[in-house]
Amino acid sequence: MTTMQNEIRQFVIDNFLFGQSDRQLGNSDSFLESGIIDSTGVLELIAFIESKYEVSIADEELVPANLDSIDRVSAFVERKLQAKGAGVGR
Amino acid sequence: MTTSTAFSPAVLDLDLAAETDRICDSIRAQSRDLKRRGVVLGLSGGIDSTVCAALAARALGANRVIGLFMPEEDSSPDSLELGQKVAAWLGIRSFVENITPLLEGAGCYRRRDEAIRTVVPEYTPHYKSKVVLPPATQGTYNISSIVVQSPEGVQQQKRLPLDAYLGIVAATNFKQRVRKMMEYYYADRFNYVVLGTPNRLEYDQGFFVKNGDGAADIKPIAHLYKTQVYKLAEYLDAPADIRRRPPTTDTYSLAQSQEEFYFALPYHQLDLCLYGYNHGVPADLVAPHINLKPADVELVYKDIRTKRTTTHYLHQGPLLVDPIDLTF
Repeated sequence: MTTMQNEIRQFVIDNFLFGQSDRQLGNSDSFLESGIIDSTGVLELIAFIESKYEVSIADEELVPANLDSIDRVSAFVERKLQAKGAGVGR
Repeated sequence: MTTSTAFSPAVLDLDLAAETDRICDSIRAQSRDLKRRGVVLGLSGGIDSTVCAALAARALGANRVIGLFMPEEDSSPDSLELGQKVAAWLGIRSFVENITPLLEGAGCYRRRDEAIRTVVPEYTPHYKSKVVLPPATQGTYNISSIVVQSPEGVQQQKRLPLDAYLGIVAATNFKQRVRKMMEYYYADRFNYVVLGTPNRLEYDQGFFVKNGDGAADIKPIAHLYKTQVYKLAEYLDAPADIRRRPPTTDTYSLAQSQEEFYFALPYHQLDLCLYGYNHGVPADLVAPHINLKPADVELVYKDIRTKRTTTHYLHQGPLLVDPIDLTF
């Protein structure tokens, strides 16, 4: 597991599960379908990503394909960081 | 129950006379069980409160129904005018309670405006505003945006980050809670029940404020789809301008439809989607009846599920560690 996946997992466990990690949370598990994150939770996740990784998320990027599991968030942030590094990001 | 192969808008047809009798029986029995002598309800000039008032008057007699008008600074003047028309039509007692001073005392407008200014710094109380959602068929998260309009009429829309969203919603929810506080004042004063007016879409999808408009002693049309409420209004001969009025939240200063604030789809489409979802009707059978693609109906089904999950909290009473036996 990458550092970023670990950081995202830790945020989810601390913020949404009150630090109780006894619940099995796979890297590909859907946050919405597992009931961990609702639409307000998505706002918290966005705030975490934007602040922690210093990226800005556009409205059209707010889709489950980018944000609905640890794997998806991590891949999305990696892409954002790469785009930013290449000077084509927001 | 209709089978999925026979799906059509007719699934929402009702025996209106029988349904009216059934609801009136229920209002009488529930009011009696609760040891109350009548019904208090807020009249917004909308279709739901109009139908509820008419049913209550039919069930208990007009002299046992009190209608309250509770305008505030951002209310449309139409709401009071139409509400008064309903009271006159039914011959029920009514009272006007302007709740603006109570809301000012609670800091409703000030707190809301402070939260808006965190995303639109130039916003002043002279601006108008509303909160909107993306359409359900867009497939994005239900993330709200604020639309503001300057005194010159220039509009802008911005996505709401967490703190601003929570700040605006928390402040605005004072409106529904203050109204409910006033309804319970009248209920206590006259020994009446408070009647809540949600239709099935609102009840099922959690379109209410907990301990605000969500609070009530009885909810006589919570099982009816919005289309059915309109049919009942016609059957009960409700004033035509109320039946023609589009559903509104009447909570924000800019005109705001219920679909842009919450439902993300007009009611006649959402009614059939919710019915289809509840009865396991495949999306491709529902889609042709509401001018949507099957894939769009799938997205609406998903949104129905998401809203049920998200608003589960709203339906919960206080949770106890141990159950307590209250048998008598």
